[in-house]
Amino acid sequence: MAITVDVLKRVPVREQEAKVRAANFEEVCLGYNQEEAMAEASRCLNCKNAQCVKGCPVSIDIPAFVQEIKEGNFKEAYLKIGESSALPAVCGRVCPQESQCEGKCIRGFKGEPVSIGKLERFAADWGRENHVVPQKPEQTNGHKVAVIGSGPSGLTCAGDLAKLGYEVTIFEALHKAGGVLVYGIPEFRLPKQKVVAPEIENLISLGVKIETNVVIGKSVKIDELMEEEGFEAVFIGSGAGLPMFMGIPGESANGVFSANEYLTRNNLMKAFDETYDTPIMHGKKVAVVGGGNVAMDAARTALRLGAEVHIVYRRSEAELPARVEEVHHAKEEGIIFDLLTNPTEILVDEKGWVKGMRCIRMELGEPDASGRRRPIEIPGSEFELELDTVIMSLGTSPNPLISSTTIGLDTNKRKCIVADESGKTSKEGVYAGGDAVTGAATVILAMGAGKAAAHAIDEFLREKQ
Amino acid sequence: MYPIKKVEVLTDQIYLMDVEAPRVAKSCLPGQFVIVKTDEIGERIPLTICDYDRTAGTVTIVFQTVGASTERMKELRVGDSFMDFVGPLGLPSDLVELPKEKLEKKKILFIAGGVGTAPVYPQVKWLKEQGIDVDVIIGARNQSLIILEEQMKQVAKNTYVCTDDGSYGFQGNVTQMLDDLVQNQGKSYDHVVAIGPLIMMKFTCLKTKSLGIPTVVSMNPIMVDGTGMCGACRITVGDEVKFVCVDGPEFDGHLVDFDQAMMRQQIYKTEEGRALLKVQEGETHHGGCGNCGGDE
Repeated sequence: MAITVDVLKRVPVREQEAKVRAANFEEVCLGYNQEEAMAEASRCLNCKNAQCVKGCPVSIDIPAFVQEIKEGNFKEAYLKIGESSALPAVCGRVCPQESQCEGKCIRGFKGEPVSIGKLERFAADWGRENHVVPQKPEQTNGHKVAVIGSGPSGLTCAGDLAKLGYEVTIFEALHKAGGVLVYGIPEFRLPKQKVVAPEIENLISLGVKIETNVVIGKSVKIDELMEEEGFEAVFIGSGAGLPMFMGIPGESANGVFSANEYLTRNNLMKAFDETYDTPIMHGKKVAVVGGGNVAMDAARTALRLGAEVHIVYRRSEAELPARVEEVHHAKEEGIIFDLLTNPTEILVDEKGWVKGMRCIRMELGEPDASGRRRPIEIPGSEFELELDTVIMSLGTSPNPLISSTTIGLDTNKRKCIVADESGKTSKEGVYAGGDAVTGAATVILAMGAGKAAAHAIDEFLREKQ
Repeated sequence: MYPIKKVEVLTDQIYLMDVEAPRVAKSCLPGQFVIVKTDEIGERIPLTICDYDRTAGTVTIVFQTVGASTERMKELRVGDSFMDFVGPLGLPSDLVELPKEKLEKKKILFIAGGVGTAPVYPQVKWLKEQGIDVDVIIGARNQSLIILEEQMKQVAKNTYVCTDDGSYGFQGNVTQMLDDLVQNQGKSYDHVVAIGPLIMMKFTCLKTKSLGIPTVVSMNPIMVDGTGMCGACRITVGDEVKFVCVDGPEFDGHLVDFDQAMMRQQIYKTEEGRALLKVQEGETHHGGCGNCGGDE
């Protein structure tokens, strides 16, 4: 059936209905089918000086792959993306496209930008479903590189180095590879078996080795990897794993969790699935404090586990750091947004369990250093929310396990590893990127850093010879 | 996969296993712990390292069955494997970091309660290897729960055993045993390491505080990742919040908020209990747990 295209409007993407999906962990967005994808691709102006590519941290040749989709050459579209990105099925789902490629799309000046993210997802899913597997280089160059962490930056760096012929081993602290893609982002946004696992399998097809259950700095140190195990260069993509708390009274009560804990129990340990042993608290009334993507993920997880869920955020809707699509989905599903609201105390019952949270209303003042208007308390506006669960989603900071055990690796005052744009650190042969360097950011920025570092490591090792 | 090389049943609920995990065996030190996971659906369970053999590449763990995952773990035999075994996690014991001259001047007493005897053993053994003699109290509710007594006697100068019901050794709990040593047997100590159930560590610390003996405890709270990522293991020490997995597991026992730690230990009690019932009763479970609503 032919789809009529209004060039100013996107071809709508099919989604699970809000009421239905609020009670399951299946993927929310169902993606385009072939006809829809070809119709949407036909909206691309195929600009000569493509702005979208400039908005992409890994510089995917967007007009080229979109044209292939338009012509129905799905395999070519998939391979075109693969030249620049190791994780297209992931990026098509979790990138903040509105502020990157789609934010620059010329179509967006008058009408809606091309759905580049959804097209990327389509091409990637097509490639996977049709078993297009990347080919291993005919022979390796014999040089060993260690990649620490199997999140977006590590996977990207490893993939690019493997394509260049390096013998790459990824060391992962947890029992499953994928980093935040596995422990952080929920199933309903990024299916683990269907989407993440095959992208990791693709890397293994490229010859990348993955050793799980190795905590660098504890099980083995970077200096040992380089001196005893023969790794000539190391990329650190260990992420920003340490959760922050507010430091308000009552935070140690039973029923207060970091978003990391809540999401890890549910995503990595599959607590939502009764056949798994790991427990999770099934709250009835839950507040998630924070307004980022992680807060939306935690809130929508709690909702699916059967709770009434409030997002408590101290600024207004315009300042919510989460992707627009996530906020939109959260609202559709029935998450209640308590904006311009800040917690001052968690109320605890006599047995040590959360019974509520005291909050204060805020208003926005002058812009602060971040450029966002600073929230100010409105005196006398305190009120209490009755709750049994509070999930703190206030951001994370890098884990000092690696920096504190590696000789000569400099960090800044936020405990982030110091690295230049190519990922080069203060220690020779050691590169770093992603959240370990920037503090908590996005999947695609981490991938961009992994890509840059792979290039820099290749240059470094070539010069050394 | 991490193959099991030896299995020993220490009591009807406590098991010892040697597991092949060369990276852990190579780098671990007394006081550190590992996280194990039996199979795909199992929980990540933190266990203190009981012993290690760097040449054989094996690590010894001791565990008590407390939930569904440990119930399946006890069914593992030599030749079976753990799916996951990661470590060493946490910081080594402070004693390991001290120079020998300082260690030699200390009069150290270890107090082990129940399954807490397992993490005490490698510390005593390590000290013995450095030529340092220490005393050990092993306490339990009754004789059948005393573990590793013979092994401990090989490495400790004096090993004192006590049971609450007097079925073996001194009749009384570990604090009464400590009182007896100090008041009646003329012993004096200037450093205590107490490892065992929270309630036992709490009362031991109250006692050592009154005796003026600095005391280190090893905490074993609920954990998920064990690398500082989730914050589930947070405890209050003095006026600071600490993560046991990265800041511990050992802390100044006189500063630990034990009441809060005991409260936090309860978080998943009902959920864990539910999972255990499922394992024990399987298809035959039709209500009665108060949670599942029977077979409706």
